[in-house]
Amino acid sequence: MSNQKLEEKKIGSAPKPSIGSELNEPKIERRSFISWITFAWITFAAALGGLLTMPLRLFFPNVLFEPPQSFKIGVPSDYEIDVVDLRWQDKFGTWIIRNTEGIYALSTVCTHLGCAPSWLENENKFKCPCHGSGFRKTGIHFEGPAPRPLERYRIVLGDDGQILVDKSRRYQQEKGQWSDPESFLKI
Amino acid sequence: MSNKKNIFELIQESQIWKSVFRSGIPKTRRQKMMTVLNSVFLHLHPVRLPRHAVKLKFTWCMGGLTFFLFLVLTISGILLMFYYRPTAEYAYNDIIDMAEQVPLGIMREIHRWGAHAMVITTWLHMFRVFMTGSYKPPREFNWGVGVILLVLTLLLSFTGYLLPWDQLAIWAITVGGNMARATPFLGSEGPGAALLALGDINFVHMGADARFGLIGGRFVGEGALLRFYVLHCIGLPFIVMILMAVHFWRVRKDGGISGPT
Repeated sequence: MSNQKLEEKKIGSAPKPSIGSELNEPKIERRSFISWITFAWITFAAALGGLLTMPLRLFFPNVLFEPPQSFKIGVPSDYEIDVVDLRWQDKFGTWIIRNTEGIYALSTVCTHLGCAPSWLENENKFKCPCHGSGFRKTGIHFEGPAPRPLERYRIVLGDDGQILVDKSRRYQQEKGQWSDPESFLKI
Repeated sequence: MSNKKNIFELIQESQIWKSVFRSGIPKTRRQKMMTVLNSVFLHLHPVRLPRHAVKLKFTWCMGGLTFFLFLVLTISGILLMFYYRPTAEYAYNDIIDMAEQVPLGIMREIHRWGAHAMVITTWLHMFRVFMTGSYKPPREFNWGVGVILLVLTLLLSFTGYLLPWDQLAIWAITVGGNMARATPFLGSEGPGAALLALGDINFVHMGADARFGLIGGRFVGEGALLRFYVLHCIGLPFIVMILMAVHFWRVRKDGGISGPT
């Protein structure tokens, strides 16, 4: 037995299986074995974690069968002054209101808890059936638990002269966003 | 004559009977213990109980009642699934039909009232466990399991609430679902949602946040109905059943029902 072999015996390496195989055997020392196994476990845990997280993506489809977020609603002359127009209420959740200065698009979602208020022509207000919030024609809240006015959507004139409403851009009065030129279509 | 065996003895000595009931009629203490240990259903339960554990005054039987109601809801729920179709077109009418046109249509009422009752008994069970101090070591882990089971019971109640697909259901889920918007980081209106953005592009918005994952759309629609149906009938009961097994097992392993000290 050479000195090297004796040294290996002392630190407790695995017993030699047979003569002649020692040349081809990769040598993994005790200490490096620990770091190798740590590395292996971390890799395994990361792969498993990734694999188990992937199904979450399933809950977010690439195509939605909902009405589009932006849509054209005709030309300004289609809308009468001082009338709350309900024709896009059910499909797009939007009220179109024209006053003497221009047109704005109000969200039909109550700012309290997200129910759908309805327009009461006789009482000249939007009234939410869930908890009784009331809003003026402008969208400003004045009764019930709603903490802030209804939101307005982006409304601009397209190249073809039609009005374009974009629900992905919202303007909140309490943040001073109603002064944004795209929150109100001047006519 | 004395050699003749009666019919019961013949059955009990048959191979079929012996293959099912390994330990015979439990007469001795050992046989009684073996009967419990050999059954997959009974073995979750302790072999022997302290006398106080069966006192109605001590437990109110609330945990047992909750489990009983869970079984009632499972059976009546499976029966309802034979008629109910979770689509916007059929859901509401199927429930009306179930009450009016199907024999034993009372199943739907049993399911609904049983659900209300289960929420109440779960709370009362928790109250009892708190008042008797049964959450203290060594039972603190089981208290944690119980809290998760309470949340799951409430979620089962919540998901089932949408299925009648009437105005009450839709708006209740609209309001409830809006809470998910305020989830930290993952809700479009929650704190920290704006941090997950690259320049002008928000990763967490109305079309991709916790609420969207829950109701499968920007508003409560057909996607929400199907998701809630699957969660109500398969997803949540699956988790509840696993945790219930752990819960019952731990009652036994933590030293049985706590006693008066």
